[in-house]
Amino acid sequence: MSNALPPGLPAPAQEPVAKPYWEGTRTNKLMIQRCTGCGAHQWGPEWVCHRCHSFDLGWEEVAPRGRIWSWQRPHHPVHPALNGHGPYTIVLVELPEAGNVRMVGNLLCAPDAKVEIGAEVEAVFEPHDDADPPYTLVQWRAKG
Amino acid sequence: MSERTLRGKVAIAGIGETTYYKHGHSPDAEFKLALQAVLAACRDAGIDPKEVDGFASYGNDRSEAVRLAAALGIKELRFSNMHWGGGGGGVAASVANAAAAVHSGMANCVIAFRSLAQGQFARYGRGAAVPAASGDDAFLFPYGLMSPAQRFAMKITRFMTEHGIKHEALRSIAMASYHHAQTNPSAVMYGRPLTEEKYDASRWIVEPFHRLFDCCQENDGAGAVLVVPADRAKDLPHKPTYLLGTAQGGHHRSAAPVHNAPDYASAHFPTVAKNMWAMAKLGPQDVDVVQAYENFTGGVLLSLVEHGFVDPKTANEFLVLENLLAPTGKMPMNTSGGNLAECYMHGLEMVNEAVRQLRGTANNQVPDANVVAVLGGPMVTPVSSLVLGTEATL
Repeated sequence: MSNALPPGLPAPAQEPVAKPYWEGTRTNKLMIQRCTGCGAHQWGPEWVCHRCHSFDLGWEEVAPRGRIWSWQRPHHPVHPALNGHGPYTIVLVELPEAGNVRMVGNLLCAPDAKVEIGAEVEAVFEPHDDADPPYTLVQWRAKG
Repeated sequence: MSERTLRGKVAIAGIGETTYYKHGHSPDAEFKLALQAVLAACRDAGIDPKEVDGFASYGNDRSEAVRLAAALGIKELRFSNMHWGGGGGGVAASVANAAAAVHSGMANCVIAFRSLAQGQFARYGRGAAVPAASGDDAFLFPYGLMSPAQRFAMKITRFMTEHGIKHEALRSIAMASYHHAQTNPSAVMYGRPLTEEKYDASRWIVEPFHRLFDCCQENDGAGAVLVVPADRAKDLPHKPTYLLGTAQGGHHRSAAPVHNAPDYASAHFPTVAKNMWAMAKLGPQDVDVVQAYENFTGGVLLSLVEHGFVDPKTANEFLVLENLLAPTGKMPMNTSGGNLAECYMHGLEMVNEAVRQLRGTANNQVPDANVVAVLGGPMVTPVSSLVLGTEATL
């Protein structure tokens, strides 16, 4: 399967605060921060729980599915790697099984596909094994 | 305890701006533009530039206060201030910070300004060319989400979809700015009117609500205002323009990472607008002219809603061109052409226009304008807004 976008876009810096997330994606697991103090889910990663101020933030594997909270379809190339590529679709996905945190990714669909807020989607793990260091992105597709 | 407020305590005594250029067309360096705008504001106020004792700016302005003070031979620098956050979210905050310095006695005569020769640096509409994206960007850049238009697009999609607001409402916002620019010789888009057909035929930047004309320009130039204590303004050449209310900041977790703000489809003004109206002891119904920062027209819609000017339920009916035009529209807006058509000076040009409206010297003058609201850059965080008024409003 080809990747959602052409090669050459910036890779994610796999920073310490987000390390368990990036390690999880390499084995096709979706890991989200969850406070061991109060149980709140949190995304994106932060050093402290926004609800109870505990620094004991654990990581929990969550169901790799959600629903589209919002979307956009960029046409204007914002990076040289996208020159001539044409429109692509970005979705903001709400994870109802993980405290309704939201994640950003590409929706794997035709460039003119109709996108509906509220539609159910599931994660697709997109490995970039040739990168140094390798990483895996989390993309989304309509739930089959 | 006396009331803690800036209402009526300070005035904008002078306004200044450079020639506004298309992106990359300024013959002058960015710092020279800043100096020109500062000197113009002092000249307008009838105040010796060496009396200026403070500078406040925003958007990580590159023209540093100390360099300005040294270049201009300022006798004593008593206040230098940079408001956090990018873009024009801090435009009103820079004026507010200048005002707070003046009212508290920290300084006496403070310039709030923005200088921006973006053409000499980088494009806003392109992502930074970095090998690896860090922080929030690590979860956005690899998916091709890099530009300001993209950062805000999903707020607008969500809001417009939820409330059934049509793209035509945004077209009216764009057309109002272009309409007013046609009678403002200083506007970059002077002589370049926008029609419905031209708007509808313009290319997509981001579907479903960002056509080319929904997006601001990039420009080169500078703008400045001079803030002094209210008492002093009475003895200066122009009719004083008083600060009535101002606020900055963001509501609960508006900057939550990776698009996780609980109130997501927002321009981030709910608390800011409430606090601004409270200080001003006014509401949207009291405002004669609105200057609403356009980074993107969808942001203007959200900003107008959150300041109480527009009800989402009637936005399609209310946001039609005739309602937005000076002098007779129900809500004359962006009367010098705004960011879209006068100049993208990160909203500082809107503060200047607010002052001209209150002095009665605007190109598209709204008769007897006594109260003007300036709504700063929406959808970034923190954001800021202010209300100015004539002496009659004190």
